Amino acid sequence: MQVPTVPRGLMDDLLQEFIAETRETLEALSGEIVAWESAPDDRDRLDAIFRFVHTVKGSCGFLDLPRLARMSHAAEDVLAAVRSGERSPDTKLVNAVLAIVDRIGEIVEAIDSGHALADSGEDLLIAALDAGAEAVVVAAAPTLRTPSRSVRLNVDLLDRMMSGMSDMVLARNELARRMRDDGANPSVEAALERLSLTVAEMRDTVTRTRMQKIDALFSALPRMVRDTAAELGKSVTLHIEGSDVELDREMIEMMRDPLVHIIRNAIDHGIEAPALRRMAGKRENGWLNVAARQSGNQIIIEISDDGQGIDIDRLVAKIASSGIRGEAELRGLGEQARLELVFEPGLSTKDTVTAISGRGVGMDVVRANVEQIGGRIELYNTPGKGLRIAIHVPLTLSIMATIGIGVRDQRFAISRQAIEEIVRVGGEAIRIDRIGDTLTATVRDRRMPLIDLGAMLGFEPSEPAMLVIVGVSGGSYALAVDTVLDHEELVIKPAAPAIMATGVYAGQTLPDSGLPMLMLDCAGIAHVAGLEFRRESPTDDFVVETRTPGVQALLFDDLDGTRRIVPLSVIDRVEPVSTSAIRFSAGQLRLSVDDAIIPLVALGDWAAKTSVSVLRLRDGGLEIGYAIGEALDIVELPDAIVAAREAGPIAGVVAIEGEQVEVVDLHWIFAHHAQGGSDLGAPLCLLDGTESAWMTTFLRPVLEGAGYRVTSALRAGESAQVVVRMDGDVATPVGSAAVVRLRREAEGDESSIFRYDRSGLLAAVARSAGGR
Amino acid sequence: MALFLIAQIAGRTVAIESGQVESVVDIGTIVPVPRSERHVRGLAALRSRVVTVIDTRAALGLDAGSVEATRAVITIVEGHHYAVLVDALDDVAPFDLAPVSAGIVLDKGWRTIGRGLVERDGEPILAIALDALIPGVAAIAA
Repeated sequence: MQVPTVPRGLMDDLLQEFIAETRETLEALSGEIVAWESAPDDRDRLDAIFRFVHTVKGSCGFLDLPRLARMSHAAEDVLAAVRSGERSPDTKLVNAVLAIVDRIGEIVEAIDSGHALADSGEDLLIAALDAGAEAVVVAAAPTLRTPSRSVRLNVDLLDRMMSGMSDMVLARNELARRMRDDGANPSVEAALERLSLTVAEMRDTVTRTRMQKIDALFSALPRMVRDTAAELGKSVTLHIEGSDVELDREMIEMMRDPLVHIIRNAIDHGIEAPALRRMAGKRENGWLNVAARQSGNQIIIEISDDGQGIDIDRLVAKIASSGIRGEAELRGLGEQARLELVFEPGLSTKDTVTAISGRGVGMDVVRANVEQIGGRIELYNTPGKGLRIAIHVPLTLSIMATIGIGVRDQRFAISRQAIEEIVRVGGEAIRIDRIGDTLTATVRDRRMPLIDLGAMLGFEPSEPAMLVIVGVSGGSYALAVDTVLDHEELVIKPAAPAIMATGVYAGQTLPDSGLPMLMLDCAGIAHVAGLEFRRESPTDDFVVETRTPGVQALLFDDLDGTRRIVPLSVIDRVEPVSTSAIRFSAGQLRLSVDDAIIPLVALGDWAAKTSVSVLRLRDGGLEIGYAIGEALDIVELPDAIVAAREAGPIAGVVAIEGEQVEVVDLHWIFAHHAQGGSDLGAPLCLLDGTESAWMTTFLRPVLEGAGYRVTSALRAGESAQVVVRMDGDVATPVGSAAVVRLRREAEGDESSIFRYDRSGLLAAVARSAGGR
Repeated sequence: MALFLIAQIAGRTVAIESGQVESVVDIGTIVPVPRSERHVRGLAALRSRVVTVIDTRAALGLDAGSVEATRAVITIVEGHHYAVLVDALDDVAPFDLAPVSAGIVLDKGWRTIGRGLVERDGEPILAIALDALIPGVAAIAA
């Protein structure tokens, strides 16, 4: 486990915290000090001062403030002596301690204001603590304290300020309206104008007071990532960028749960276990990047990992089996739409529910939370390589830039952020058509669904006049409205639950007109209208894949530098071992693992290394170690294997992306290295002819599983009981062995057996081997 | 003795305990909220605030009245301001709240909002809970 890096600026924050705290304690303590001075025997006072210097001493060590540490340490020693009764608190001692406390206060102020403070006299102050030292004269504490430029405020106060500000804006709007109605005189109007300016400026300032660095959200992540990863036995390196980005405090709170959920998901579902990562040729440490940046009036938070990404096929299968959606419907979805099935309610892509992610909260809730605050989520999936999730949220919740739109005689507001463009119906490049009963709009060759807002809201039907092109997560649609009014900055407040329950409104506001106005929720409207977005043409998704899954195999660089491949199914795990655990003993290489010793195969030089990666191979019972250089990737083992010229650790060569890769001969390795070896009494089965490579890959496990010894080339002195070859191969007689012929086609006569007819094949081999 | 507001709702006299009442106002223009349930009449501006106007007859499951109610009792439920429309306001006076007499079963929506009886000069008046009229909240309470 790599310890996450401490975010930059954390030390500064801690220092600020320390200064504020020390200052506050000093203020509270000043009374105690005076009381102690007059009654040095008062135990409570003594304890309070002792606690103070003790706390300062503790913090100083951590924050690396040696001067403060020295003085508080000295004072603590003396006070401890007083507490234990070794020294009596005489006036001289009290004065000396007070001088130190004052000095601590001065240094803290100096640190805060960045002034240098000469350390002359500090030795004297410390010396004065000693018994028998000269009394120090305590001067009245010099008022060097710089006026503080910051105060600590209760957040409730900020909230009240903001809500008061909103009311003030609304009150100004009302005043402006009434004056317009009553036709006020110009001088009053000028005064109102000035008021408006001040209010606007004030609103900006108040909005800023609510801004908080997003670090408030990010600072808890290193610990959370560490704990979550440890719990799952994974190791994850976290990178955080953009902690300085500022966001409305309220937004930060709203983002907390979604962010935590996404990160837990990334660690639980995304990043693989170390052994798997190693097999996949990735660094063992998972990589998780959390970054925030501002883009216009939006904040974008990106969470990316280098895990396995989303397995879309499995996702689709999962949804189909859960019956949430029909299979035909799922097949019709485009790639992006299928990816977005992760937002389907009640879904868990992991088959086993874990304590981390299986908490009944899915990505659907995450998306709902983000959309609720006017944001959206985008997914960028690279299967096998990782997932990037981008969350876009507005800077602030309370005041939004909106566009007013009119439907018949009613006005609504739409968030400016959601609008891509506004076009007038009847223009050159604009078409409205009905496909079946579904309305579509075509804007400059871009075809998209159309929602008639009037119809949706139950107004009388009429011809659409304007189209507002709205972007929601997943795609865009056109919203038909009658008029587009003005641009307005509005204070949006949540509407009553019964109104929000309609699903089409984001909130309510009171604009200058004095009539309440509803703000539309564009994503909600799309949802209510039943829109589904698919970014790619669905047609090619109808192709039913008939390809049989191939054999997964691990590609690696061997110790001798040759690239080799070995079927994944035989690998129990991959782990680094120290070469000191490898010995040539009792006639062969052996590896000490835990309490056992297993045979080790090394096809290259390992002695010069301090550690090597070892594949722990298992054939069901026996275990063998295979030392490799580096695991590279998991690939499908090609069918076409060119057999090696002679039997040995290498069965043959395959081409992977144009490169020759040697296939490790597991049988040979187990036969030659495993203790006990194979059962030599078992009938030997020779895989012969042009297809012996295919047979080695496919048939050997089947035959070996049935108890035969299998080879693709007879060694001197060996004789096969059964020969398996393809129908049509030129028959070179192989001693007295019976021949089983295989054919590629399912249909055929009885002289050969379909090569995938497992039971038929085994029966034929058994007959030939002599009723075995 | 608690203070009660005596009002007319859907042709019946009711008593509303004053603790639930923020103010009593005349409602101006009501902006409808399309797609909302029937008992949300719409939104209205009240000073610089937006209130949700509750159609009391609809909330009680009664047919619409012949006269448009314009007076309303403002109540705050879960931080939201609601204007509950009433036909008329009669009086404010202290009363003792008594349980609904045994054997009397209230019907329709009255049952959900009834909280007891007060007696004015021998006339029993149903004391109601305003929050039971608020959609969403009532559903949770029920």
